[in-house]
Formats: sequence, C-alpha cells, structure tokens
Amino acid sequence: MTKSVLAVSALALCVAGAAHAGPEAEVLHWWTSGGEAKSVAVLQEEFAANGGTWTDMPVAGGGGDAAMQALRARVLSGNAPTAVQLKGPAIQEWYEEGVLADITAVAEAEGWADVLPASIAGHMQCDGTWCAAPVNVHRVDWIWANADVLEANGIAMPTTWEEFNAAAAQLQEAGIIPLAHGGQAWQDATVFEAVALGILGADGFRKAFVELDEETLTSPEMVAVFDQMRTMRGFVDPNFPGRDWNLATAMVMNGEAAFQIMGDWAKGEFLAAGKTPGEDFLCASTPGEGFLYNVDSFAMFAVDGEDKQEGQALLAELIVGENFQEVFNLNKGSIPARTDVALDAFDSCALLSAADMSASSESGSLLPSYAHGMALRGAQSGAITDVVTQHFNSDMSSEEAVQQLAAAVANSL
Amino acid sequence: MQFLERNLPKIMLAPSFLAVLIFVYGFIAWTGWVSLTRSRLLPRYDIEGFIQYERLFDSPRWDTAFGNLFLFGALFIGISMILGLVLAIFLDQNIRAEGAIRTIYLYPMALSMIVTGTAWKWILNPGLGLEAMVRRWGFEDFRFDWLVNSDMAIYTIVLAAIWQSSGFVMALFLAGLRSVDGEIIKAAQIDGIPTWRIYSAIIIPSMAPIFLSAFIVLAHLAIKSFDLVIALTGGGPGFATDLPATYMFSMAFSRGDIGQAASSAMVMMGVVFAIVVPYLYSELRAKND
Amino acid sequence: MTDAAFTNTPARTQGKAVTVALRWLLYVLLIAFALFYLAPLFVMVTTSLKSLEEIRTGDLIALPREVTFDAWATAWSGACTGIQCEGVRPYFWNSVLIAVPAVLISTLIGAINGYVVAQWQFRGANVFFALLLFGCFIPFQVVLLPMARMLGLMGIAGTIPGLIFVHVVYGLGFTTLFFRNYYVSIPSELVKAAKVDGAGFFRIFWSIFLPLSLPIIVVTVIWQFTQIWNDFLFGVSFSQAGTQPVTVALNNIVNSTTGVKEYNVDMAAAIIAALPTLIVYVIAGKYFIRGLTAGSVKG
Repeated sequence: MTKSVLAVSALALCVAGAAHAGPEAEVLHWWTSGGEAKSVAVLQEEFAANGGTWTDMPVAGGGGDAAMQALRARVLSGNAPTAVQLKGPAIQEWYEEGVLADITAVAEAEGWADVLPASIAGHMQCDGTWCAAPVNVHRVDWIWANADVLEANGIAMPTTWEEFNAAAAQLQEAGIIPLAHGGQAWQDATVFEAVALGILGADGFRKAFVELDEETLTSPEMVAVFDQMRTMRGFVDPNFPGRDWNLATAMVMNGEAAFQIMGDWAKGEFLAAGKTPGEDFLCASTPGEGFLYNVDSFAMFAVDGEDKQEGQALLAELIVGENFQEVFNLNKGSIPARTDVALDAFDSCALLSAADMSASSESGSLLPSYAHGMALRGAQSGAITDVVTQHFNSDMSSEEAVQQLAAAVANSL
Repeated sequence: MQFLERNLPKIMLAPSFLAVLIFVYGFIAWTGWVSLTRSRLLPRYDIEGFIQYERLFDSPRWDTAFGNLFLFGALFIGISMILGLVLAIFLDQNIRAEGAIRTIYLYPMALSMIVTGTAWKWILNPGLGLEAMVRRWGFEDFRFDWLVNSDMAIYTIVLAAIWQSSGFVMALFLAGLRSVDGEIIKAAQIDGIPTWRIYSAIIIPSMAPIFLSAFIVLAHLAIKSFDLVIALTGGGPGFATDLPATYMFSMAFSRGDIGQAASSAMVMMGVVFAIVVPYLYSELRAKND
Repeated sequence: MTDAAFTNTPARTQGKAVTVALRWLLYVLLIAFALFYLAPLFVMVTTSLKSLEEIRTGDLIALPREVTFDAWATAWSGACTGIQCEGVRPYFWNSVLIAVPAVLISTLIGAINGYVVAQWQFRGANVFFALLLFGCFIPFQVVLLPMARMLGLMGIAGTIPGLIFVHVVYGLGFTTLFFRNYYVSIPSELVKAAKVDGAGFFRIFWSIFLPLSLPIIVVTVIWQFTQIWNDFLFGVSFSQAGTQPVTVALNNIVNSTTGVKEYNVDMAAAIIAALPTLIVYVIAGKYFIRGLTAGSVKG
C-alpha cells in the first residue's frame, strides 16, 4: 500500500458517502513491530481480498496508552475510527459512554457463541449484544527456563512455589541469576498475579482481582503472596529496574539467568533467536492451578456511512474466521480464541496452552489477567499495580502492602 | 478609516488574544470544571464537589510525583543555568574550533527524547553502561547505580534533562556575553580590574534579561518534562520518578480516570502560577521602569 | 568580548606558565563536556551500525565489530510502522507539510504581535503579553481533550490544517516573546519619526522593522521548527491515518509492546527522524547565536 493510496483513502473517508465504494475500515491498533505488524497484515490482506479498503492507523507505546490517547481525541472530535484494538472491561467502559456499534448480527450468523469459551465470549458482549471480536488468547502465567542451565544444575521445572524457591536458592549458590526480571510496573504486576494465582488459588484470585472482595484482599493468604514477592525480589539481579522484558528474555537465552515469568509473547523472542522449545528453552505454567488469559480484541465504534458499517461487519467476520485465527496466532505466539481451530502447525508450548485452556475452562479456573487489563477497569487495576510495584521496589512489609492495597482499591472506586 | 488606523494595533492583536483566551484560559477553566466531576473515560459535566482532590491528596503516588516536581525543577533549572553560564564563559575565551564545540553542546536540543531515552537507559544501567565500562578498566569498586536505586533515580532524570537543555542555555548566555559593550570591558581592563571581577561585576549583571529568557525556557521544559521520564524510567523504580505530568497522563489515558487527571492538572497549574507569576511580574515591571 | 579574558589581562606579573596551564585546563574541561554531550549520540550511531545478533550477544556501548548499514536501509524504507512496512519515509513528508506552514505562520504572527507589544503600547498590551507568556507554561496534556472537541467542531479534526492550527496556537507565546524582546531594543523615536512622515502601521513594520529582523527570525524559526518537528503529543492525538507525522512513525517502530525489538533499526530510525533538526542546528547554529546576540539581550 503506497503513500498515495493511503492519502486517497484518507480523503475518501473525509468525503464519506459520496459514492458507494465497498466495505471500508480505519483500524486503530498498537501492533506495529515486525512480527505483530505482519500478523495484522494478514487480516488486511483478507479484508482487501473481500473487496474492502483498509486504512491503517497504528499508534504504539505504553501497552496501548498512546493509542487510547489518540482514541479519546478521535472520539471527542466526533471522528471515531471504525475498529479499535481494545480489550477487557475497557470494552464495556466505552460501551457505557455510548460510542460502540452493535455487531450482534455478524456474531449470530457466524455462531460465535458456540466456538468461543464462555468466559472469553463474556468479554465481547455489552448488555447482551456483541460489541467486540476476539483475536487471540495470550496466556500470562508462564514460566520460561533455559534448558541447559536447569540440566547442568539438576533442576526440574518447579511445580510449587517452594520448589521454585529451593531451585532459585541453589542457582544463586551456583552464581546464576535465578529470575530474569524487568522492573517495570506491568512486569512487576505480571509476576505478582502469577504468584497470587498460585497461592490464592482460582477462587481466591477471582475474589481478589475480579470482585475486589476486601476480605480476600486483606487476608493472610494475600500477605503470603507479598511475602513470596519479597522472596523473589532476592532472586533478581540488582540491575533489574526499568529493564525491557525482552532483555530479560535474552538473559535466559544466553544462560545468564535461569527463569523468567512472562506471557507467551516471550516465546517470540526465543523463536526469533532460533531457539527450539523443549530443547533450548522450556515452557511451563507457573506453580498452581488455573489459566490467566489476556485476550486481544477489536471493538467496533459507532460510525456513519454504509461503507464503514459494511466494513465493520466484514472485519468482525474475518477476525473470528478460522483462517485468520490460525495464521495470526502462529505469527504472534498466542493461541486462537476459537476452540475449533486445528492446532497441527502450532508448537509444543502453544499446544500446552490450548489444552490447559480447555481444561481450566471446564474446571472454572480460566481467569482474566488483572495485570494486562482483562479483569478490572483501568482505575482499579492501576491502583493495585501502584501498590505491587511500590512494595517490590522498597522495603515495605507485606502487612503494610496489604493495608495499602485495600486503601488504594477503595480510593479508586 | 481614522478609527481603523488608530485601532489597527489592537485589531492585529485581537486574533491572538482570542486564541489565548479560548485555547489556554478557556481550557484551564474547562479542566477546572472537569476536576469537580466524576469523569471516567470521557469528560462528563455533572459537578460532584471536591472528591477528586480528596482522592488526589490521599494518593501516595501523587505525593511522590508532586515532591519530585520541586526537586527536579529546582535542580534542573539551577544546574542548567550555572552550567550554561560556565560553558558560555569558557567558550568566550577565544577558543579554537569554537563553532564545532558549540554545535556539540547545542545538538541535544534538536533530538526528541523518544529514543535518546533508550541510549541514556543503556548508559546509566549499571550492568550495561558506565559502571560496567569503568569496572572493566579495573576499578572494581566503581558504583554508578542511580538508575536502579529508588532514592537516586530522579537524579538520572535531572542528568538527562540537563544534557538536553544546558547547551541551549549556553547559547543564550554566549549571545549575552557577546553583546555586552566591548568599550566598557576594555576600559575595565585598562583600569586593571581582574577578569573574574569583570565577569561578576560588569558582564553578568548586564545580562539580566537573558536570565529571564533562560528561566522561562527552562521552567517550561521542567513542567512539561514527560517524554524524558517515560523513556528513561517509565516512572520507576516503583513510582519513584513520577512527575505530575506523567501522573496526569497515566490517570487520563491508561486508567480512564479523567476527573482525577484534571484535579492533578489544576494543582500543578496552581504551583506554576504561584512560582511563575511573581517572577514574570517583577521582571516585566523592572523592564518597564 | 573576544580574546580578552585569560590572555591579556593585567596578569602579566604572573608567570606565563600559569596562563598556559589554565588554557590547557580549559580545553580539557571543554573536551570532557563535549564527550558528555556526545555520549548518547555515540551509543545511537554505533548501535545503528551493528547487526541484531551482535547487539543481542555483545556489549551495548562498544564499537561495532562489523559495520552494517542494513538497519539504516530498513529504518528508511522497510521497517514496519503498522501493517505498512515502508519505514519512516512516508511520514517524513507529512511532517514537512505540518512543520513548514506552522513555522511560517507562527513566526509571522509572532513578529506582528511582538511589534505591537513593543512599539505600539496601548492600555492592556502588557496584560496581553503576560497572559501570553503564562500560556507558555500550560502542560500540553491538559489541552488534549478540549482541543480534540474544538477541532471536531471546527471540522479540521485529523487533518494537516488541524495540526498546523494547534502548533500555531501553542507556538504564539514563544514567538511573541522572541520578537517582543528584540523589537523593544529598537528606539521608539524611529516609529515616532516615521509616523510624522505619514507612514502607517504596516508601512513601518514592512520597511523599518522587517529588514532589521533577520537574526531574530532565524532564532524563532529554529526554535519553532525544533518544537514542531519533534512534537509527538499533538501529532499522535490530532492525526488520523494518512496524516501522522514522523515522530508517530518513529514511536511505532521503537515502542513495540510484545514484539521482538530491533534496536539497530530503532536507533537508525531515530537518527533519520532527527536529521532535519540536526542539520538545521549545525548549519544555522552560527546564525542562531548571532540572532540571540542581536535580540533578546537588550530588554
């Protein structure tokens, strides 16, 4: 797509309605880097193949913060994009502002309710209507390890936090950094929720981070979660603050560190460096039962013009289509949101993820990730993250952290 | 026609006046209004009282951000001024290759922090940058870990900010030094007054307007410092390097808490007002006399 | 003030050795500071010349073992900024379309404002100036949302004229400040004499003030160009597909969230995006100092 075509299509959007030009969509998203961008390009190609005109509106940065800033400006100026990468309760928040479109017709025609796990489908619905289309499922509670380092030290993948602590202490003795970690608030939160899931269990996690139950937030188990965070603080190297997650992954890759707790996008880094899962690096769920998901999705905004509305319907249909779900997720390292996609082409980590997803969906331990904005609205999850990162980066006691946690949540409501 | 001719100056200012009234003061008023509401994702206009301010002052993160504004602002403005002046005086000593050196000092102003931030992050990171380098030279005990130290991280922000702006201040002062009347200086030299006295008693005092320009430029940079923090520390470790601008941004755009963002903006502007207005007033008054 | 200070002061009684030593010290200090200022650029340039493999395995602030310009080529015309993988090139033109008119318009308005405030004093002119100056301090994050609404009402949301408008409005404070300080130093008798001769408001501006203004125009243009070219906040908020400036493209390349990071491309893209301002500083730097010398000093 050349610059001039882009300019022309932008122009076409400005004078919308002049002529019927087929489905149109202006898509605001923050997938801009190599692998991610190629994944979205798959969707654009399919869209074009069906006669649609795709106008790309990428805004990266801050895990979507910059895109959200652009989105607010666009909505306020009465010039909302057609489709926007949005996820979790933010979808319902935007719905409440009365700016989302209804795509129930597509969803029913395509039978989304039958192919999506119920808890994921729930995120895509607003007051009983469908308002967003899911793209993928990232699992957040992964632990990655360097296979050689573990073997050389005679360590197996830990299945409990006690085992993890023992293994880490042993690695530390051997002069290896046990846990590669980047000290950015969202990474602190990612580790925290993995620990919380392990210690609180699925029900406790739901009570604490979905229902914001004060009793659970201040329970002795929560103190234990913070205690474990304090222990883990001892397992990271002193230079962790501000480190990008992928540099932490690189530490695991080159054997400087043994473990990293990070979502499955870390797999992309390993694969890009030519490593093989199962041989060079190992993947496992973090100790404890359950599955924390981070589902990317596109919400459709209310726009005028038949062309754009057609574009929305087509886009929604293609996003949940089997072909896109497979190709996109192969590129991205995640697994399809639909459960009926053949997984032959996927690697062992993705297969594990898919198996765990359907198992936990049945046992009720398929849970939204709080750290990645799936469980709570921005104000509440942000308030929790403030306490988590402050605790991890200071000598705050676990009891005090729990007090602050409850206070911050109350203050954010 | 007569009327038009007489009022032409006012007419010429009118569009700018109107623009400032709407786009600066109107928007401040709008922000004030929103700060009294419970706006979340998008602005709403039902006034709810001072709840947002109560939440703001209850927030430990805001305390840190607010304190950092003063620490950062004072150090950044103070050191940039002093360094800029010293460098200008150095460069004023008939230096060879002055043009090249001047350009080197000045160029950081031309770069945005979006990526110089990454370079700074590497340099300041103890494991990758300066500390590791000096240690490789054999000084095993060398420590420079401000970036990863909650108590010191804010100073790395100061350092990078000074890096970016002090060259510009140097240029301002250099221009000032060059424009001081040469006759007076010659006369002073003939009288046998030592060089440092010439600077401190004659040249620097005559540059008062430059200090005003430099202050305005630096103060506005200090208040707007945002990219810098995002690029260098992202506000961390924890939220140790948060500034009001980053606090406001994260409330408004990542947390969908616009009312809270508006209240922090109002407090921030109150501070700016309290510091800048008296300064501007005294400077402008002094000039008009 | 040129060669005076340390060389031919009355320090003749002191030994020449002290003078020489002082000059050496001076040069050492100047070079040390030059290294400080150059350090980040050094890191950026060396990183942009390395292969990704070398960055992943090697020392981040060492010289490249093998120099490669691949990253530069990728950054210019191949890096993905979304589903388009055409590097920063397409966005460059948008930035030019935004920056050039915005700089010209805000400079012109600043010149006229400065001229009025400095030379056509009327009641309230100083109040206007103070209001304008204080406006320089408004944090831009505050204006994003109401401005978006206004741009929508004016029908220029997401367009290049819209972005030009925003940059002009928030550039007025500084451009007026620069010109006002410059014109204040021109004796008011000049205006009085011209008025006696029957010259009007524009005539005086056009034939007396403008010809004198080259130095301060250079300063203002450099300042405004730097601010507007490097702007990200407005660029990201008030653009739509097809009007995004180069800083947004740069941000898209650099700030991937869950993708693989190519630091060499990031750095090359950053340097490319900064080249126009760097060139302006290098070429016009001399005039910049000269312009500041002529202006702003004499309050």
